[in-house]
Amino acid sequence: MIGHERMTVASQRLIAERTYELTLSGRLVQEMRQPGQFVHVKVAASADPLLRRPLSLCHIDHKQGQCTIIYRQEGKGTALLAQKQPGDTVDVLGPLGNGFPLEAAPAGSRALLVGGGIGVPPLYELAKQLTKRGVKVVSVLGFQTKAAVFYEEEFAAFGETHVATDDGSHGTAGRVTDVIEARSLEFDVLYACGPKPMLRALAERFPNRPVYVSLEERMGCGVGACFACVCHVPGSETAYKKVCSDGPVFRAGEVVL
Amino acid sequence: MNRLAVELPGLSLKNPIMPASGCFGFGREYARFYDLSVLGAIMIKATTKEPRFGNPTPRVAETPGGMLNAIGLQNPGLDKVLEEELPWLEQFDVPIIANIAGSTVEEYVEVAEAISKAPNVHALELNISCPNVKKGGIAFGTVPDVAAELTRLVKEVSAVPVYVKLSPNVTDIVAMAKAIEQAGADGLTMINTLVGMRIDVKTGRPVLANGTGGLSGPAVKPIAIRMIYDVSQAVSIPIIGMGGIQTAEDVLEFFYAGASAVAVGTANFVDPFVCPTIIADLPALLDELGIGHISECIGRSWKTGAHAVHCRA
Ligand SMILES: Cc1cc2nc3c(=O)[nH]c(=O)nc-3n(C[C@H](O)[C@H](O)[C@H](O)COP(=O)(O)OP(=O)(O)OC[C@H]3O[C@@H](n4cnc5c(N)ncnc54)[C@H](O)[C@@H]3O)c2cc1C
Ligand SMILES: Cc1cc2nc3c(=O)[nH]c(=O)nc-3n(C[C@H](O)[C@H](O)[C@H](O)COP(=O)(O)O)c2cc1C
Ligand code: FES
Repeated sequence: MIGHERMTVASQRLIAERTYELTLSGRLVQEMRQPGQFVHVKVAASADPLLRRPLSLCHIDHKQGQCTIIYRQEGKGTALLAQKQPGDTVDVLGPLGNGFPLEAAPAGSRALLVGGGIGVPPLYELAKQLTKRGVKVVSVLGFQTKAAVFYEEEFAAFGETHVATDDGSHGTAGRVTDVIEARSLEFDVLYACGPKPMLRALAERFPNRPVYVSLEERMGCGVGACFACVCHVPGSETAYKKVCSDGPVFRAGEVVL
Repeated sequence: MNRLAVELPGLSLKNPIMPASGCFGFGREYARFYDLSVLGAIMIKATTKEPRFGNPTPRVAETPGGMLNAIGLQNPGLDKVLEEELPWLEQFDVPIIANIAGSTVEEYVEVAEAISKAPNVHALELNISCPNVKKGGIAFGTVPDVAAELTRLVKEVSAVPVYVKLSPNVTDIVAMAKAIEQAGADGLTMINTLVGMRIDVKTGRPVLANGTGGLSGPAVKPIAIRMIYDVSQAVSIPIIGMGGIQTAEDVLEFFYAGASAVAVGTANFVDPFVCPTIIADLPALLDELGIGHISECIGRSWKTGAHAVHCRA
């Protein structure tokens, strides 16, 4: 169930260039289940910034009653969030949306997780849950440059992990698709989150395979009421899906990328 | 005595708080948060004859204390609203105000006639003022004669009272309101969003794919208050006020300006519980200000004896 809570900051640390790992505690964690779901965060009580910020769940820990979010400082909202100290509270609405379908990867199958930049975080909880179900996880993480890389070791704990950087300063030089080609990585199911061109390239490269992508779109409500976040469905002028409530994860081909 | 109950043409409201059109869909999403029967009424998303996809994304852009939207009247179309959305809303004890829109006079009339016959639709809200629809939309809301003619034609076919939603994007809102009143409107709702734009400093291009969008949220409240203050003194039909309402105090400000009920839009996105919270907060605020019934506040800012308002500050 979607809930609303002032969660407490348990910890916050800088883990890469302008990139923060924020851990929150609260009852709401017990409602969080699916990797790929997100929370809608109000960073300040004031009317400015007004809107909530959508941020993906990166790690859900029911036992500790904590969840972790990894975000990059971009504008006003994330800059304010970066100032939060342990003990401060954060207004959280969630969990929202539909996450990555775990059942698409049966036990014993091979899942390829492909993340680009700030699209990497939700794949961490996914890797954790897939591994627990007996799925073999291979991860390919793409970043712009070495300073932006995070969670390489954390992913490696779940299986084979490759890092690519655009400028070649760390791991393989090039894009995630280059790594998949060069290493001829095999998979039964592919899960991806990252910039749209990356998602499009993956969907085009593997048109007849099960590929699941997590989309980003500007949001108003985050719950399906305002029609801010829609995307087209192939073959129709008027059919649509809402990223916030039908997604953010879709099977490639289900929506126009 | 229910000190929040308000009687308006077609509407017996248990309280004067309702979600504004386009900010609450057809209620389904917020029904997961609370029982919609607590609301005074619900203004549903603008309905057009055919389904519409609306504008390309990005469709929203934040601004200081507000937001711009260019949804473009996306909706499932008249048939689906009649067959699915309105019947679903019948489970709640709440009157529906159907917001209708169109690109031609004929479309408005056709949608008005059909939707006004739905059992739970107690009033129509004629959206002549959506700034995000290119074809025609803007002209209906900015030319008094055109708005009056449309009002007359819709009144002729509607089975329920007709409220007309005014655009703030005009030079003389009072002239507009008077023309619409003369054409037979039962009430006014105001304000719709203000046309605005944001430009991305990195790309040098407008943030919204549509270029312009409608500004809403706390940033527009003083404009809404001023316009309601002016219009309520010039017409005798009731006004449902909206524009930036977030709290019970904001509601009273709208009543003092001249509104008889209010709608809450953007604030639902910030806090999904905002409407029930305001409804719960109002009685204590009335007590604090020594007000018996909320209707006593209507137009207090301009009625004689306004200075007699007792405030224990
Ligand atoms: C489902 C979903 C999950 C996301 N998960 C993460 C995550 O785990 N980590 C992370 O770093 N980022 C994530 N993002 C992107 C994140 O929401 C934006 O970076 C953030 O909203 C920027 O806010 P700001 O105030 O710093 O930027 P500003 O530019 O000041 O924001 C202005 C407005 O634009 C919106 N906005 C700006 N960029 C984006 C964007 N990329 N997507 C959607 N809205 C945007 C903001 O929400 C705000 O309303 C996610 C986005 C979505 C839609
Ligand atoms: C996302 C969004 C969609 C809207 N859609 C409609 C609509 O379909 N019809 C309409 O008459 N007004 C629409 N409006 C305007 C609101 O009903 C309201 O008049 C305006 O937003 C001012 O109130 P607020 O500041 O409380 O949001 C919309 C506003 C927003 C923010
Ligand atoms: S953000 Fe409002 S419908 Fe998706």
